[in-house]
Amino acid sequence: MKFSRIIANSGEWLSGDGPNRHIVVSSRVRLARNLRDKPFPGWAKKSERLEVMNSVKQAVECLPEMEESYSENLEALSPLEKQVLVERHLISREHAAKGVGSAVVMNAPQSLSVMINEEDHLRMQAIRCGLQLDNVFKMIDRVDTELESSLEFAYSAELGYLTACPSNVGTGMRASAMLHLPGLVMSDQINKIINSVNKIGLAVRGLHGEGTEAMGNLFQVSNQTTLGEAEEEIIGRLNRVIEQVIEHEQNARALLAQRKAITLHDQIGRAYGLLCHSYSISSKEALNLLSIIKLGIDLAVFPDAHRFPVDELFIETQPAHLQKDAQVVKMSSEERDALRATLIRAKLSQVPQPDIARLRLATPATTENQ
Amino acid sequence: MQCDVCQSKEATVFLTQIVDGKMQKVNLCENCSKEKGVNDPTGFALTDLLLGLGASQEIEKSPSSVKCPICGFTQADFKKTGRLGCSNCYTVFEDGIGPMLKNMHKGTQHTGKTPAAFHKIREHSEKIKTLQENLTKAIEAEEFELAANLRDEIRQAETELAS
Ligand SMILES: [Zn+2]
Ligand SMILES: [Zn+2]
Repeated sequence: MKFSRIIANSGEWLSGDGPNRHIVVSSRVRLARNLRDKPFPGWAKKSERLEVMNSVKQAVECLPEMEESYSENLEALSPLEKQVLVERHLISREHAAKGVGSAVVMNAPQSLSVMINEEDHLRMQAIRCGLQLDNVFKMIDRVDTELESSLEFAYSAELGYLTACPSNVGTGMRASAMLHLPGLVMSDQINKIINSVNKIGLAVRGLHGEGTEAMGNLFQVSNQTTLGEAEEEIIGRLNRVIEQVIEHEQNARALLAQRKAITLHDQIGRAYGLLCHSYSISSKEALNLLSIIKLGIDLAVFPDAHRFPVDELFIETQPAHLQKDAQVVKMSSEERDALRATLIRAKLSQVPQPDIARLRLATPATTENQ
Repeated sequence: MQCDVCQSKEATVFLTQIVDGKMQKVNLCENCSKEKGVNDPTGFALTDLLLGLGASQEIEKSPSSVKCPICGFTQADFKKTGRLGCSNCYTVFEDGIGPMLKNMHKGTQHTGKTPAAFHKIREHSEKIKTLQENLTKAIEAEEFELAANLRDEIRQAETELAS
């Protein structure tokens, strides 16, 4: 499959549906694995890296999940193509910096991707829409078990899966959920939430920034430790915490609507006005305003039919995505800001003006929480 | 304040995380924060970063001449990179890595997934452990015939494990 074909469609995690998706954008589980007694990528010679890459790549391509897939060596990708994959969360920024001796394999719906010779020989991830860490873990766990039959993984009965960095040893698992929390940010509660989640050994980070500086009010919650707990326990702990954060976010939105209705209406109206009428807009400003529009959709101020196009803009307005559509290799940031504004204006012209009278609070998704 | 990584530029990014009740702080300059992917939440873990700094000193408990026979890695390399050379390094530098893992994780014993190839080994070692406990009890109770049988069973399980 060609790069242009895989990238023509949005990933399943963006276009699909999932539990609690009003607040949880995506769930992701990543496993780190290495081959026994082979030097880790950061320490291996080029010839050793190539040898590992070839055997791993072949094993991954043979997976039934990868029947329809995109597979490429990193040196064959342009910097722009690599950046597109980073913006889609399909490879890490570290992996994008790699060249000869590293590769990536992903399935057509972009729900599974395997980075070969990132920091570890294999970094495989599954990603889906909404809060469904259990399903996502099952998906990647099956891939891992299938690979066991053709690859001998480095494993010790005491320390579990052995990884290049001791911070990943044990399960080698990093499970995370991306949360959209405009209510907690607008009501100045976000730092309190971040601190209390950090206290119980989970990490919360803003997407491109810290705390209230987070762009687009997007936050990622993930496990910090990998040794001493089984995969299911780690995911269980994450689920319980995320469900509480969801509840806090819903309460924050309800309070804003009740007590600060005018501020809320004003913010939604201004976001819509700015996005519809700007001719130059930075990535940061765009994400922050789009976040408010997304909130508006959750609150029924905009019709639900516009959810997907707006979600898509979060990715489509990123620098590499803008450039790939324009077919321009080098673009100044001024040109990008202008192009971004044009793209947003075009899409938002389809969205009707905010109908504040329709504002209602999404019924808390308590039934989905269990 | 100086950057903790390059020790030269002025730190502008200050990170604090509380992990299991312990406060961890890192100060970084603009360059190093970008390089370490601090702005990229998917790639960044404070633990990874801390490893590259203070925590890696722990491994010095192993004598400095120790070298991994498989990949040639030394503790000086670990101090530089915060990463190990190969899976065998975990055995070679065991004394230094042990205490570090204790500070970093919830526990020191893996309780998660086991590759199928290890299932048999795990079952056998557990079986041998139970048999040995029974053997001790049998000897204490002076049930020598039972003890002799248990010894045979243990020997058999051990040969099976070795195969
Ligand atoms: Zn620095
Ligand atoms: Zn080694």
